[in-house]
Amino acid sequence: MEEKKPIILTKNLTKVYDTGAVPVKAVNSVSLEVFKGEFTALVGPSGSGKTTLLNLIGGLDHPTSGQVLVNQVDISKMKKSALIDFRLQNIGFVFQAYNLIPVLTAKENIEFVMLLQKRSKGEREQRVRELLNEVDLLDKMNDRPAQLSGGQQQRVAVARALASKPAFILADEPTANLDSKTAGNLLDLMARLNHEENITFIFSTHDQRVIDRAHRIITLVDGAVAEDQLVAQPVDHS
Amino acid sequence: MLLKLAWRNLWRNKRRSLITMGSIVFAVLLSILMDSVKKGLLDKMKDNVVGFYTGYVQVHGQGYWEDKTLENSFEPASLVTEAISGNSQVTSAVPRLESFVLAASDNLSKGSMLVGIEPADETAVTGLNDKLVSGEYLNQGDQAVLLTEGLADYLRLGINDTLVIIGQGYHGVSAAGKFPIKGLIKFGSPDLNKGLIYLPLSTTQQLFGAENRLTSLVLQIRDNPKSRQVAQQLQANLSDEYEVMNWQAMLPELDQVIQGEEAENVIFQIVLYMLIAFGIFGTILMMTIERQYEFGVLLAIGMKRHILSGIVILENIFLALMGACMGILLSIPIVYYLYKVPIRLQGQLAEAYENFGIEPIFYFSVDAVVFYSQGVVVLLLALALAFYPMLKIWKLDPVKAMHA
Ligand SMILES: Nc1ncnc2c1ncn2[C@@H]1O[C@H](COP(=O)(O)OP(=O)(O)OP(=O)(O)O)[C@@H](O)[C@H]1O
Ligand SMILES: [Mg+2]
Repeated sequence: MEEKKPIILTKNLTKVYDTGAVPVKAVNSVSLEVFKGEFTALVGPSGSGKTTLLNLIGGLDHPTSGQVLVNQVDISKMKKSALIDFRLQNIGFVFQAYNLIPVLTAKENIEFVMLLQKRSKGEREQRVRELLNEVDLLDKMNDRPAQLSGGQQQRVAVARALASKPAFILADEPTANLDSKTAGNLLDLMARLNHEENITFIFSTHDQRVIDRAHRIITLVDGAVAEDQLVAQPVDHS
Repeated sequence: MLLKLAWRNLWRNKRRSLITMGSIVFAVLLSILMDSVKKGLLDKMKDNVVGFYTGYVQVHGQGYWEDKTLENSFEPASLVTEAISGNSQVTSAVPRLESFVLAASDNLSKGSMLVGIEPADETAVTGLNDKLVSGEYLNQGDQAVLLTEGLADYLRLGINDTLVIIGQGYHGVSAAGKFPIKGLIKFGSPDLNKGLIYLPLSTTQQLFGAENRLTSLVLQIRDNPKSRQVAQQLQANLSDEYEVMNWQAMLPELDQVIQGEEAENVIFQIVLYMLIAFGIFGTILMMTIERQYEFGVLLAIGMKRHILSGIVILENIFLALMGACMGILLSIPIVYYLYKVPIRLQGQLAEAYENFGIEPIFYFSVDAVVFYSQGVVVLLLALALAFYPMLKIWKLDPVKAMHA
């Protein structure tokens, strides 16, 4: 059997913030491998470095030392402008809140990413429909974010993250602003996409019910990996 | 979609955008009105003197303009006429013989300028016949005069009354004559209106004993702004016996006044536009600060910085263009009305103006440049101000922007 290559590989990844009086090791020598199809939760107390780690993996932030490889490509040494393009083509983001452009409709928000990727009009139209159907918001496609509920907004954000056909999706506390029922719905959606479409998710969370849905749970303490549990095997799509 | 995005962003804060636009509309309108009246007044001032009297270029005997006596008059040699007709810019040349005389009625007298003219030529170049307010215009060879209204009033003379002219002719001969007043004319320039007498050229030459002599040839040229070049060209082709002068050289004070006024206008507009600039900048500043987080998200998901900057610049251009266009559209009917019906000062203020030798009327210019120059200025302003958000976007770190 051919050896599987990780889609994300970090080697001694470290980020030090020395903006304050004492330098803070927000991420401390993290070495991880993430494979296609994983459904991974990043947990840990507040300030443990979850957001910082996700930002490093997503190429939003530069590491102080160590490396991040996405599909064998070392992004830790890329120029900022090259990183923007890399993110656009390879990584989907879902943030805690205010993900969407307020003056664009749900449909336009999703289409926008593909427009940046210079996809043809026909392809955009078709994919937007698919995605809106996927997140069950076809009837809301012409609403602006302000007209949508928090849960609906996050579902649009997931659809937008998927629109660029990324290698994986990073979600930093995607359910933090949602009530537990809506949070459950969002998790259902993510789990279904993971199960049916083999989409790789890494999400940070504080919510135990969200943690319970993960297949792999990485616990950070003071920026270092304290525990890395495999709860369930990823679905084998091969 | 980028255009759509910029357009919708503009209306995110409707009230703020409207206030900003309103301030641009107001400033553009004010600026156009100021510009129009300034330009209108200056054009009028120039027309009153240059257009109706001196013309844009004149040819004299050498030294005449410094020392305006008949001793500096000249007989137009064929050389001169050839040089003039050889210049493609010159469309016609009008001969004059001018001298200072004493104009008198039975018991009043006043120093005045007697201008000997070819009546038909003068009509073509300065439109003198249009200035007629009563009586009739001159014909060639008439033994009669046209008098400016101001002078007639002073001498208490009217049509068909007799004007006595006393002066000194060529080579010191004495010159005196009696002429009936055939018509009265009125000039816009109060100075000119006070003391001009027109007599047919041949009659004037007889009166002064200056057969065939002229003091000046008034040239009409194709492009008035080229008067300086035309004067230089002609001077180069004529001997030192002659002097060729453009109106700026003949009337340096008027030229200075016009240039001074134009500079003053520029200063006023700079101040006005600084005020608008602060208004627009305030709006841009608020927009940029409010949208830090959003910019951060956009950069994170792969929006390129130059596209994002482009959107913000578009927003500024929309804002400025709409304001400027509305200001211009609004000003057109107003300025056009004021152009047709100039503001005429009344009472004491009008007298004060007249005492200073200024016509008490506010003329407005409808020159297209008055309008579009404002639009261009506002647009440039908006582009310059868009530098701030551009710089912000260029330096924006998405992590920090979203950290807030
Ligand atoms: N931009 C920054 N400048 C300075 N220090 C920072 C910055 N971002 C994070 N930190 C610090 O790095 C450490 C890790 O922060 P991080 O936001 O990654 O934690 P987290 O696990 O996401 O916390 P939370 O659960 O509250 O979101 C914290 O001590 C934080 O104060
Ligand atoms: Mg966090």
